Amino acid sequence: MNLSMKWLADYVDIDVPIKDYCHALTMSGSKVEGYDVEGKEISNVIVGKILSVVPHENSDHLVVCQVEVGKEAPIQIVTGASNVNAGDIVPVAMDGSTLPGGIKIKKGKLRGVESNGMLCSLGELGLDKRDFPYAIEDGIFIMQEDCEIGQDIKSAIGLNDTSVEFEITSNRPDCLSVIGLARETAATYNKSLNVRSPEFKGVEGNINDLLKVDIHNAEKCPRYCAGIVKNVKIEPSPRWMRERLRASGIRPINNFVDITNYVMLEYGQPMHAFDLRYVEGAHINVRNAVKGEKIMTLDGVERELSDDMLVIADEKKPVAVAGVMGGEYSGIMDDTTTVVFESAYFEPSQVRRTSKKLKLKSDASSRYEKGVDPLISLICLKRAFQLVEELGAGEVLNTVIDCDHSEYTASSVEFDPAWINDFLGTNISEADMTDYLNRLGFVIENGMVIAPSFRVDIECKADIAEEVARIYGYNKIPSTDFRGVAKAEFTEEQKFIRTLRNTAVSLGGYEIATYSFVSPKYFDKIKLPADSRLRKAVKIVNPLGEDTSVMRTSTIPSMLDILSFNYNNRNEKACLFEISKEYIPVEEKRSYQGDDAFLANNGKPRHEYEYQLPDEPQRLTIGMYGGNADFYTLKGMIEQIFAELNIDGVEYVRANDCEVFDEKYALHPGRSAVILKDGKHLGIMGEVHPEVQDNYELGVKTYVAKLNIPELMETANDEITYRPLPKFPATTRDLSLIVDDEVPVAELEKAIRGAVGKILEKVTLFDVYKGKQIEDGKKSVSYSIFMRSHEGTLTDEQADNAVKKALKALANIGAELRG
Amino acid sequence: MKEQLEKIKVLAKQELDSCTEIKALDELRIRFLGKKGELTAILKQMGKLSAEERPVIGQLANKVRADIEEALGSKLAALKADAQAARLKEETIDITLPGKTAPLGKFHPLTKVENEIREIFMGMGFEIADGPEIDDDYHVFEALNLPPDHPARDTQDTFYIEGTDETNLLRTQTSSVQVHVMETQKPPIRIISPGRVFRSDAVDATHSPLFHQIEGLVVDKGIKMSDLKGTLEMLMKKLYGNDCKLRFRPHHFPFTEPSCEVDISCFNCGGCGCSMCKDEGYIELLGAGMVHPKVLENCGIDSTVYSGFAFGMGLERMVMGRYSINDLRLLYENDVRFLEQF
Repeated sequence: MNLSMKWLADYVDIDVPIKDYCHALTMSGSKVEGYDVEGKEISNVIVGKILSVVPHENSDHLVVCQVEVGKEAPIQIVTGASNVNAGDIVPVAMDGSTLPGGIKIKKGKLRGVESNGMLCSLGELGLDKRDFPYAIEDGIFIMQEDCEIGQDIKSAIGLNDTSVEFEITSNRPDCLSVIGLARETAATYNKSLNVRSPEFKGVEGNINDLLKVDIHNAEKCPRYCAGIVKNVKIEPSPRWMRERLRASGIRPINNFVDITNYVMLEYGQPMHAFDLRYVEGAHINVRNAVKGEKIMTLDGVERELSDDMLVIADEKKPVAVAGVMGGEYSGIMDDTTTVVFESAYFEPSQVRRTSKKLKLKSDASSRYEKGVDPLISLICLKRAFQLVEELGAGEVLNTVIDCDHSEYTASSVEFDPAWINDFLGTNISEADMTDYLNRLGFVIENGMVIAPSFRVDIECKADIAEEVARIYGYNKIPSTDFRGVAKAEFTEEQKFIRTLRNTAVSLGGYEIATYSFVSPKYFDKIKLPADSRLRKAVKIVNPLGEDTSVMRTSTIPSMLDILSFNYNNRNEKACLFEISKEYIPVEEKRSYQGDDAFLANNGKPRHEYEYQLPDEPQRLTIGMYGGNADFYTLKGMIEQIFAELNIDGVEYVRANDCEVFDEKYALHPGRSAVILKDGKHLGIMGEVHPEVQDNYELGVKTYVAKLNIPELMETANDEITYRPLPKFPATTRDLSLIVDDEVPVAELEKAIRGAVGKILEKVTLFDVYKGKQIEDGKKSVSYSIFMRSHEGTLTDEQADNAVKKALKALANIGAELRG
Repeated sequence: MKEQLEKIKVLAKQELDSCTEIKALDELRIRFLGKKGELTAILKQMGKLSAEERPVIGQLANKVRADIEEALGSKLAALKADAQAARLKEETIDITLPGKTAPLGKFHPLTKVENEIREIFMGMGFEIADGPEIDDDYHVFEALNLPPDHPARDTQDTFYIEGTDETNLLRTQTSSVQVHVMETQKPPIRIISPGRVFRSDAVDATHSPLFHQIEGLVVDKGIKMSDLKGTLEMLMKKLYGNDCKLRFRPHHFPFTEPSCEVDISCFNCGGCGCSMCKDEGYIELLGAGMVHPKVLENCGIDSTVYSGFAFGMGLERMVMGRYSINDLRLLYENDVRFLEQF
């Protein structure tokens, strides 16, 4: 809402610097977004009178004017315009003046003739023909205003208003009006608000002879007022009205359209005017639309209506969509002779639903859907007629139609100053509270606060507390510490995730944050088969674009996107991780999970409630390329994470052999693994498939892993018991073995562990060798075996026996001691 | 003999003086003091001396031995010190060469600031609550006093989930967690809920269709609006230092009454007005208010017994203010050159 400060002055006497005004209104609850001083770019442009016009001696399209500008001597100005004559009153931009668009005017010579300024057109002043309908577009602005020679142009043409832009929240439609904001202004500054009831004289005549109104749906339209203006004269409205509309951000059109807009801006009540000629049968019916009925609205679009919409119709067709927009063909034309004015109240949610369904918003609908003052219809009709008479725009019939089915009862709330002080933490006197509320139009009667009709938002004591608080001043409310004992601890899950994140960082990971929604193209990009369950994603009906249209079913593509972004930004290496969610659709409906607890807490049932929300499991995703990144670096990082989580005995199996993770299709079949522990699938890891690498424009080997946090949590063991430090020395034996290349080293280790038994402290792989001196298809694998007993120093014999057993077990799987 | 002893003493001194190696020092010890050494050889002749002379010479011999030993000792110390000094000198390195680093990971700036806020609130007795990101209309809107057709729904451009007839949606605000918590917990309630929220805003330097909010909720008997002010002031002073000032402005949210927006004195100019705060001196930080009685009732909490306050702040804005980041997109691009700075 843009407020004209000149207009405001009609209702409240206020004279403070504009910045102070904006601040004060913001702090009392009407937020100011900014303000605009009209003509602020125009300086040193004054009213001049052309004394003479003679042709330029060196040009056939220039003329030389002598212009009186209120100084001792007239000044000489050369112009190319052809519409100036001696005696014309014109705007003169003097030497050193400024104009909109940052233009500066300096004196100079035009084809050898001195010119001491410029005569201005409307456009050069930042105006157009709507502001001064009598002027021409392409020529000097020949002024017909009542002004003095030498007067500043801004005051001469009324370009000196200030427009303040308010952000009005949806609960305060009353502030979408000059009077509403004047009331807030008066309350803020504790001044009086001067609103007079509008009156009009009218000419004799019975409206019932000319027009009939029937409301067929009084629930959606409780009140409809109509009146008639005869012998209308359609013309531009006067300057003061045009100025105010302009300052309010509305284009002047003609006197009748301008009056409807003027009243809407002034009172917040949308008005509608239409030509009686187009109301067939001179009969207005406020009724539901017939399904499939069509109307061409004022914006030139034909719209199909449904039967839950309300229309203003004549005997045959709809002439307006109630509260939203009028029809194109029933509006005011240049040859209109009789005008019907409508001022009505429509039920807010009715207007909102219609406007939403038609995807059509207007100044009227945005006011109706929030709720206009239900008692104001007739007052605004009278105001419109007062303006018609003031403008001499036609003859107003002195009788009006007022179809009133409304049953208005004022909203009233208990006045409870003690409660308000308790609630706010203040100590405001009852008298002050009463004063604040009175200033805002509330009445206190018999211990009740009665809300004015325009305050559609008042329902409870907290609402009254807010009214008191904002006039008192939010910043005067003290700051206190609240009491009460509270325990605060992280949940197990929160602690677990904190550990996970800290560990990933301590291992050199950079944490990233990615969008939860992704492009459905990722299914193909990571080579998912057509029937992959990961393709079944939660889809967004109204995404910003395809790239953000499905909720991800895997976090790996998000990681690949970021790795690719970094690679293509020439970052030579990256080691990244993210803790975030996947969104997995759920087939069955569930009843609301909180129901039992809710009932236990509250003892009263809530409405029946079923839901079908997707699962949102958390994942730890790791990705890396460059530097020393390879399969084993990634695996090492994962092993360290498991070590921190106290998870041991994890198995790595070929990803291809596992059906749980479809991300396996994105990975190199020979370099990918699924991580298992006691049959639980903890995650998947590996080198990105070369094709997928290409799909993501990654020109370097890339490695990713995804760990399932719920499964990790179930597996992790936070029970740590101290093991006594050894008292006796360890004995070490090194073994170099020859074995078939296909045998995974995990099997060798398993054999050694099983054979050595209790005295085994640890077994470390220190070399794997293929090549010279080793038969083709074989590899040499070397281990250090650390043995220790807690009962005494191991003898050589004990150690040798253990190694012998190990060799026997190794022989069973084809591993022999290297000769 | 007396002369011989004196001569040995002088000789030993001369030899010691010219000695420069610890090894040579050992040879000197053997030569003078060893079993077959010069001093021993002289002492072996003691038997030839008279009874009067013997104690005198004996004493002298002991003195010479002690002198030589002492001289040997101090020479050894001196040589050791020289050797040590030489070694240290030789081992001197260029301390300006770069260190050998282990990889150092980094928390995302959103996590860093969120953790800081979590810790402050934990210290004030707030627990951390989580809720679903894909939620239903009831929890995101209706229970929060935003019934269907409420015009305030327009201010939150919502993403809806296909096939659910606009029932399921991506939550537009973490306020939905308030409802989940109040449905399942009895007052006193004191929680914060950090998390992702989604709004249909095109990406630019200050907008993103996905961003993070931190919601706070306190419900108990006798909670006042002044408690809300006290809590937020404490948070901001801990986050931004004791000099920061807060400004509470009336506003409207359907789920709080009274509602306010809270501004913080500009990080850049401290409140006197600059280009960063558009000459306002203050920057909008968060929305807050007293929990609307209807919201309490919707969650089964008796609003005549309990009251509460709630607030919600945008994490991105706090992160950007904190680190002077001028483009929100950087947070989601995750360029390692950006991430390594935090």
